[in-house]
Amino acid sequence: MQELVNRAKELLADGTVARVLGWKAGDLPYNPEPAYFEKAEELVDFVYNGFCGANLSKYMIEASKLEGKTMVCLKPCDTYSFNQLIKEHRVDRDKAYIVGVGCKGKLDIEKIRKQGIKGIELIQGAELTDEADTLKIQTIYGDKTCAYADAMLERCHVCKGKEHMVYDELIGDSNETKDADRFDEVAKLETMSPEEKFAFFQKELSKCIRCNACRNVCPACSCRKCVFDSTKFDSSQKANVDSFEEKMFHIIRAFHVAGRCTDCGECSRVCPQGIPLHLFNRKFIKDIDELYGEYQAGADITSKAPLTNYTFEDAEPSIVGKRG
Amino acid sequence: MQRIGVFVCHCGSNIAATVDVSKVVEMAHMEPGVVHAEDYQYMCSEAGQAKIAAAIQEKKLTGMVVCSCSPRMHEATFRKAAERAGLNPYMVEIANIREHCSWIHKDMEEATKKAVILMRAAIAKVNLNAPLQPGESRVTKRALVIGGGIAGIQTAIDIADAGYEVDIVEKTPSIGGRMSQLDKTFPTLDCSACILTPKMVEASAHEKINIYTYSEVEKVSGFVGDFTVDIRKKARSVDMDKCTGCGVCQEKCPSKKAPSEFNRGLNTRSAIYTPFAQAIPNVPVIDREACIKFKTGKCGVCSKVCQAGAIDYEQKDEIVTEKYGAIVVATGFDTINLEKYDEYAYSQSKDVITSLELERVMNAAGPTHGHLERLSDGKAPKEIVFIQCVGSRCSDDRGKPYCSKICCMYTAKHAMLIRDKYPDVNVTVFYIDVRTPGKNFDEFYRRAVEQYGVNYIKGQVGKVIPQPDGKLLVQGSDLLDNKQILKEADMVVLATAIEPNPDVRRIATMLTASIDTNNFLTEAHAKLRPVESPTAGIFLSGVCQGPKDIPETVAQAGAAAVKAIGLLAKDKLLTNPCTAQSDILLCNGCSTCENVCPYGAITYEDKEVNDHGIRETRRIAVVNSALCQGCGACTVACPSGAMDLQGFSNRQIIAEVDAICR
Amino acid sequence: MSLENKEFKPKIVAFCCNWCSYAGADLAGSSRLTYPADVKIIRVPCSCRVNPMFILRAFEKGADGVIMCGCHPGDCHYSTGNFYARRRMTLLFSMLDYIGVENGRTRVEWVSAAEGVKFSETMNSFVEKIYSLGENVRLGDLRCKN
Repeated sequence: MQELVNRAKELLADGTVARVLGWKAGDLPYNPEPAYFEKAEELVDFVYNGFCGANLSKYMIEASKLEGKTMVCLKPCDTYSFNQLIKEHRVDRDKAYIVGVGCKGKLDIEKIRKQGIKGIELIQGAELTDEADTLKIQTIYGDKTCAYADAMLERCHVCKGKEHMVYDELIGDSNETKDADRFDEVAKLETMSPEEKFAFFQKELSKCIRCNACRNVCPACSCRKCVFDSTKFDSSQKANVDSFEEKMFHIIRAFHVAGRCTDCGECSRVCPQGIPLHLFNRKFIKDIDELYGEYQAGADITSKAPLTNYTFEDAEPSIVGKRG
Repeated sequence: MQRIGVFVCHCGSNIAATVDVSKVVEMAHMEPGVVHAEDYQYMCSEAGQAKIAAAIQEKKLTGMVVCSCSPRMHEATFRKAAERAGLNPYMVEIANIREHCSWIHKDMEEATKKAVILMRAAIAKVNLNAPLQPGESRVTKRALVIGGGIAGIQTAIDIADAGYEVDIVEKTPSIGGRMSQLDKTFPTLDCSACILTPKMVEASAHEKINIYTYSEVEKVSGFVGDFTVDIRKKARSVDMDKCTGCGVCQEKCPSKKAPSEFNRGLNTRSAIYTPFAQAIPNVPVIDREACIKFKTGKCGVCSKVCQAGAIDYEQKDEIVTEKYGAIVVATGFDTINLEKYDEYAYSQSKDVITSLELERVMNAAGPTHGHLERLSDGKAPKEIVFIQCVGSRCSDDRGKPYCSKICCMYTAKHAMLIRDKYPDVNVTVFYIDVRTPGKNFDEFYRRAVEQYGVNYIKGQVGKVIPQPDGKLLVQGSDLLDNKQILKEADMVVLATAIEPNPDVRRIATMLTASIDTNNFLTEAHAKLRPVESPTAGIFLSGVCQGPKDIPETVAQAGAAAVKAIGLLAKDKLLTNPCTAQSDILLCNGCSTCENVCPYGAITYEDKEVNDHGIRETRRIAVVNSALCQGCGACTVACPSGAMDLQGFSNRQIIAEVDAICR
Repeated sequence: MSLENKEFKPKIVAFCCNWCSYAGADLAGSSRLTYPADVKIIRVPCSCRVNPMFILRAFEKGADGVIMCGCHPGDCHYSTGNFYARRRMTLLFSMLDYIGVENGRTRVEWVSAAEGVKFSETMNSFVEKIYSLGENVRLGDLRCKN
């Protein structure tokens, strides 16, 4: 982290960048939040640790409009989102000085809590430089420990890799954290009966309070105005009042980002109700990979997106019923 | 709120026998916005239209629904009737209660219920209709023809004869194209030059035709009726105005080692050259790669011998910018590269040649002055084998999946000509199928077999092996006799597949005209609009659209000309107002819509916007309504709903959905 | 469930492209080839105009089945529209299947202007399928139900 702060100071001092986009400590040991730093002195608040899951690429939409360059800290997975935003002309590559930061897997406080660890006062072992694979947690009930891997976000278990897709320089090393296949859960759901599937999604989606956190955090959901807020479709909605509205919202949201979603997992990370929203996006990704060839959004900035492309031999929609 | 009139047609008994029309009228009165409803026996009749006009004026209607036959039948009729009565024609919607209701249902109650629902959907839609005005755009009365082969020449002559200015842009130093390289033409065996040269002269002498040879299209912008094109006139190094075409420079030029493009590289030409004797214009160009003066700075012989003083070593490429209303693509074809077909020994033996090369060999102006001889040793061949479908109808990626169409016929021609002139030469043709659909084509082929004794063998050749004695051993199979064949030949001629001119990809991109996987330009409709590109104002002439022989090419060239003339004859174009529009405040500028537009109608502009007090410059999609055909692909690609289609807007369709599901 | 309910009259929305399928439906009409009145056709310029929103909206408002018809692939009036539509609908239907909505409630069929018989047969078989599935209870806005 110190290396990052030092570099940030240098870049601010020599005028390469006008501000730094990173994270600052929150009011609790596990909730750092995205923040801008415009002066070297402000960087005392800068943090970068295992809880800095937030994908900062979306902030660059606004930062691209500001005077001067912004140094932005992007983890390997965040760079896919940044590339996708370049492709969609939403960010200005020339306005970003991308520091590709190392990542050893990001942490999910809910996973720690689920292990019965409550009343957390301090967490050690979450720094990038920490070699230990165990978190030491001080709580009001005494000291606890938790294996790092057991506290990781779901998305880190299916990590896309340690490579940054776009950067100006790299600081820090990354760990290999992948130990599962990202489509396993989707595949499991696919084999269920319609009744079981419906029950599963009904249970999950009925938790939705339409707080729009998923939409606000999603780098692909970057529309200036969402269709669900506009009058263009007579679809403007607020809280859900029936069993279908939230399904419609989440299906359409996933559809709108299909072929553009990099699977960064932010939607699931921020959902206050713990809905596994990534299961929608990954379903589309899995279908696209299987039907139209493997495609990773954000891996480059030139390839044709699956939904703006076609071949004469594409599968017919009836394949859905035939796959069983 | 709209003031809507509903007009329910009986269509004699076609509708009224199954649908209770008075019930439909009664229900119409209960719909929001409806201020008038009536039924009549034949709404499309004079009297029916008069009723509509009266209601529009008396009830001050702002919209109307006609419950009648299919809109494909009478939508235009009712729109015109509305317009005459002072109502915007796009405020008319049709509920199809005949084809989609009365004709397919027997139960009156059921059919009436459905008719009411269809009417409600139309009313719900018309409530959201807005008056639309067709746009206007001007037409530049000048056409550009890209390519100066027979297709381009014919198109240009036809357009010019109709009184419009035409420019031909030809990449090579002369017009004439592939046809100028041919010796004789099937099925009449008349000499290609004898029928082509007069056309070339006609084009060059035509007061309305301007020819840019040794030139290429560099940039295209604009849209139907109003294209702006940059043409690069490559430096000829010869002043076109001064040159008299005497030819002395070519005779005296000391550099004579450049392969002759016109003779397919079978012999050489001088560095300063015209491709062939009848070239138009008869002005040579200096091939700067081959010219000693350009390579070493010394020489300058041509300049010394040119009495007209036309040689200009300093000449530079020149860019000409012109405006056109219509563009015709006539870029033609070439034969495929044979490197993937090494089993035929094309690269190993000079006596394995392509059919196009054989044309040059047979031609009096060709490398052998028309004598049929082996290119390796100049000896007269006694056995010639023709191999069909080399690279055509190919299932793997070595060749082309399509039939090149012309090969069966020209091979029959070659075989016949050879047998006629050299009766002692044996000719064998290996074929997969002989395809001769065309006027007098099968008769022609049968003459080759029956009168001229050409030996046709159904089967493929696996290998051609050059022998130490200079002969060629052909290994083939005879599928009808089910046996292997080994044949010694003196010459092997490959019916090489044709492919679109490689430049077409670059040109299509500039024109935003679509091309298929084989690089052939795509038609607007494969059956009904075969000479138009989906991009408005772009027309297709000749082989650039698909394999064709000469008469077909000339016919298509004429058809393309007619389409271009039809466009140029208009002073202004009325554009379909049912086009896509982008909402400036909702557009993300993400380019997704652009990627699905088949017409290149969407571009992006940086626009100053005031979004509820936030002033900023944004990248915004802009639809060119002259190009947009109103398919709506962009509207669904757009995640924010910024892109919407006039006449079929999101809200209109949702209103219909709601009305039906109500 | 509605299977026993003899009164079940499904609501079926058919989106038809103007150039092929709508004309195919016209031909079915002029050939007097019947299909159930439960089918109501909405005319769109091209299958690529059909937004997944429209389909979900139909279900939300109580449709029991939604079918989309367009020109055969390769025959699109706008060259490529139905290719995009095909991908969109494949993914949408797959998603609906994934969340437990019976796949039989959605269908895409390519019907040319000459295929009146196919149009009628398609509608008959689709309506039959919807009858066998019964009322749509998984989708739909409860407020729209009686």
